[in-house]
Amino acid sequence: METLVPFDEVIAKYDPALGLEVHVELNTNTKMFCGCPAVFGGEPNTQVCPTCLGLPGAMPVVNAKAVESAIRIGLALNCSIAEWCRFARKNYFYPDMPKNFQTSQYDEPIAFDGWLDVEVEGETYRVEIERAHMEEDTGKSTHVGGATGRIHGADYSLVDYNRAGIPLIEIVTRPILVPAEKAPAVARAYVGQLRDLILALGVSDARMDQGSIRADVNLSLALKGADKLGTRSETKNVNSLRSVERAVRFEMSRHAGILDAGGAVLQETRHFHEDTGTTSSGREKSDAEDYRYFPEPDLVPVAPSREWVEELRGTLPENPTQKRARLQEEYGFSDLEMRDVWAAGALPLIEATVAEGTAPQSARKWWVAELLRRANDAGVELAEVGVTPKQVAEVQALVDAKTINDKLARQVFDGLIASEGTAAEVIEKRGLALVSDDGPLIAAIDEALAAQPDIAEKIRGGNHAAAGAVIGAVMKATRGQADAARVRELILEKLA
Amino acid sequence: MSDELIHKTAAELADALAAGETTSVEVTQAHLDRIAAVDGSAESGVHAFLHVDAEGALAQAAESDARRAAGETRHLLDGVPIAVKDVLATQGLPTTCGSKILEGWVPPYDATVVRRIKEAGLPILGKTNMDEFAMGSSTEHSAYGPTRNPWDQSRIPGGSGGGSAAAVAAFEAPLALGTDTGGSIRQPGAVTGTVGVKPTYGGVSRYGLVALANSLDQVGPVTRTVLDSALLHELIGGHDPLDSTSVDVPVGSYVEAARAGATGDLAGLRVGVIKELAGDGWQPGVMQRFAETVDLLKELGAEVTEVSCPTFVHAMATYYLILPAECSSNLAKFDAMRYGLRVVPDGDPSAEAVMKATRDAGFGDEVKRRIMIGTYALSSGYCDAYYGQAQKVRTLISRDFAAAFENVDVLVSPTSPTTAFPLGDKLDDPLAMYLQDLATIPANLAGVPGISVPAGLADEDGLPVGFQVLAPALADDRLYRVGAAVEAALTSRWGGPILAQNGAL
Repeated sequence: METLVPFDEVIAKYDPALGLEVHVELNTNTKMFCGCPAVFGGEPNTQVCPTCLGLPGAMPVVNAKAVESAIRIGLALNCSIAEWCRFARKNYFYPDMPKNFQTSQYDEPIAFDGWLDVEVEGETYRVEIERAHMEEDTGKSTHVGGATGRIHGADYSLVDYNRAGIPLIEIVTRPILVPAEKAPAVARAYVGQLRDLILALGVSDARMDQGSIRADVNLSLALKGADKLGTRSETKNVNSLRSVERAVRFEMSRHAGILDAGGAVLQETRHFHEDTGTTSSGREKSDAEDYRYFPEPDLVPVAPSREWVEELRGTLPENPTQKRARLQEEYGFSDLEMRDVWAAGALPLIEATVAEGTAPQSARKWWVAELLRRANDAGVELAEVGVTPKQVAEVQALVDAKTINDKLARQVFDGLIASEGTAAEVIEKRGLALVSDDGPLIAAIDEALAAQPDIAEKIRGGNHAAAGAVIGAVMKATRGQADAARVRELILEKLA
Repeated sequence: MSDELIHKTAAELADALAAGETTSVEVTQAHLDRIAAVDGSAESGVHAFLHVDAEGALAQAAESDARRAAGETRHLLDGVPIAVKDVLATQGLPTTCGSKILEGWVPPYDATVVRRIKEAGLPILGKTNMDEFAMGSSTEHSAYGPTRNPWDQSRIPGGSGGGSAAAVAAFEAPLALGTDTGGSIRQPGAVTGTVGVKPTYGGVSRYGLVALANSLDQVGPVTRTVLDSALLHELIGGHDPLDSTSVDVPVGSYVEAARAGATGDLAGLRVGVIKELAGDGWQPGVMQRFAETVDLLKELGAEVTEVSCPTFVHAMATYYLILPAECSSNLAKFDAMRYGLRVVPDGDPSAEAVMKATRDAGFGDEVKRRIMIGTYALSSGYCDAYYGQAQKVRTLISRDFAAAFENVDVLVSPTSPTTAFPLGDKLDDPLAMYLQDLATIPANLAGVPGISVPAGLADEDGLPVGFQVLAPALADDRLYRVGAAVEAALTSRWGGPILAQNGAL
């Protein structure tokens, strides 16, 4: 069992060097090197052809759309775009990889030397991008018969090549040198901002939970003031923002435990465990690992014309960081409000709701205060909670028209999530509309006052705050369907 | 009748079919009969075929005849049968690459060249023998036993495409497809007295060609005449969207060039004799026929000069670094998991053990040798010194070609340093075997096209000698012009085609 050093002690003694490798699965129609559909799922081995099965004689052809996406990602990350680059073969054995080499890029990536500014608690940190290169995904193994679902102990393994050949972009940072205490948060913010950028570019579904964005966390520690980097570990396939932060934090504590005890950190790959927030050893990875790279002879070089690159530059969306600042200003959100909006991934939803005519604060309130809780409870992304921006706008319009109040609106959302129809239909079915006729309200007021004659006296005597108790009784009598302000008016009129 | 049919060239067969003098079924049956008569087995006979598809070929022939009867033909060669080297994927027909590791593998798809010949209506007689994964110069490295040279069955037919060349030389097929990575079409052509063409790299699709060395491989025709090669080349050539290295330019007028050359006029053609591809170690009888052929070119009006390509002496070393590097990567896919051979050792069914046992049993010595060399040449710490250096020399070889082609239209040399040697002679001496491709390798390294045409028989052993013509990239038409001129002039001197002089046939 590892000795974990408390985070405060780690940062007092060590400086981390952090590096992130993020794989982005592109949402092209077809695979990287063949015409097979590049969609997630499907019956195993139905979206395959001689090329992505690596059959003898089959040859790859580069997907031009994937090159376009790679260039756009590169440009959005402020990278230089290669005038001429090649694919290389990365030779190693992997059971899911039918050719036993991966077609990737080695010393000639399509995009290189860029940066992304990352904001954490009002501070900006520049993360330098070393490269963004194109490669293909592997297939997927299922190990059958064992207790753990892992290969050890399994009776046999099944391989599905539907995913083999799906285009990936790998974005590699240079070592990120940040104040030790900020490292976990910067890592999280970087991946989050990268995800938002990818989403804004429209080049990927950017679903971390489905693996369309996966982060590998490289981390090493060195004593403060040392001029040498320590030995790094590589935690593979971390697939949520929270996990990125936890993985960095855990590895810092683990490395420090080893170093404090005078031990040596092993250069190895590690697995991250969502449930415990810990990592465990994968395979040892020494410098001797030899991929025997050489240029893929079956593919001609990729040489994007400068005109095309400039044309693509013109298609870039507004930088998400700038957009965030602009919208915060426009919407009048406080820093704290904006942080919550950002963390929830709610900005695009709020933007769409505002576009339907809703006031920004109302839109924010529904998405972050109300619907986020339901998304969390259901374990889904906010965008998949079951309510659209248009529906949120409709609900708010009904509130504004005093057809319902906020409390009833929550029940309307329940109905919308349960697919009970439109907002109006939900209100109809569930009988949620506010009582608009004064008659029943006056009757309820009379009843409440009769039950509590002393209160009526207090109000008559000028103590208007005492009306609250009557309002409460009326609300109860009407099952919340009374407009509290109107009830108050009626009480005061009556007792004037 | 059938004897008459098998001795016709593909062009003659096409004419006979068009004139209604014969049918594709008759022609195909005649060749199947010839195969049955002479091909034999791994133990004796020519053994040009690893797999004969009599049923399929006859069915295709019958369809061709039906089309013709209905007044439709798809191509001039519609109905003319063909043999295909076993390194090209054929849907529904075994494809083994001469290796045990692919024994029984039947591809679910056709190589582009196979698709094109099928669409043109050429019945496929079967798959021809080859050195395992095209590694060798004698077809003795086939896991299924050697092919024998129809001129003298104690001798090799060249390699790796010995099966295709022998099938054509033995009149078992009028046409064949071969592949040429370092000379595997031209050298077998030379030693069997047939015509073999390596097109410009990228001129013919490689899709479905099981790669030996992807940056060197090229599919090309093996035939008995230059005109037949031109016909087949025009059929299989041209851009293929499935092969990104295939060049997107129109196919040249090779048939026209061959017909022009056959008139015997080479006035004004500038011919360079490559100084480095001759000399010590070259068989005297080969050099003698070569010199005579050069003189013949002069008689036909060509201006002949000697040209030096100094880096060609490094071509062999360069080739034997680049080729193993690429093939070591290509052959990694044979892991016993999805197709082909699978050997499960007693007591240890783990993936690693199965893979190891299968590769041990499935790959021959030459294949293992090249995998090891290639793995070493690409490994970190050695990659720059070997693979990287080889790529630089490769560039220099291309520059030598470019410089030479500034002054001449074509370059010439003997195709192979020797005539066919006895089976087993060089089997234990890989370096001696490699030297067979000395003259052919530079063209593969530079991607330029080459042809080997029969240049007579060597005095000392009475065996065929090949004359090689090389042209700049995409100038394949020059090969046909010069090749056809040589062929016509020599045929008239001998009183007929060279294969007619083979008493053994």
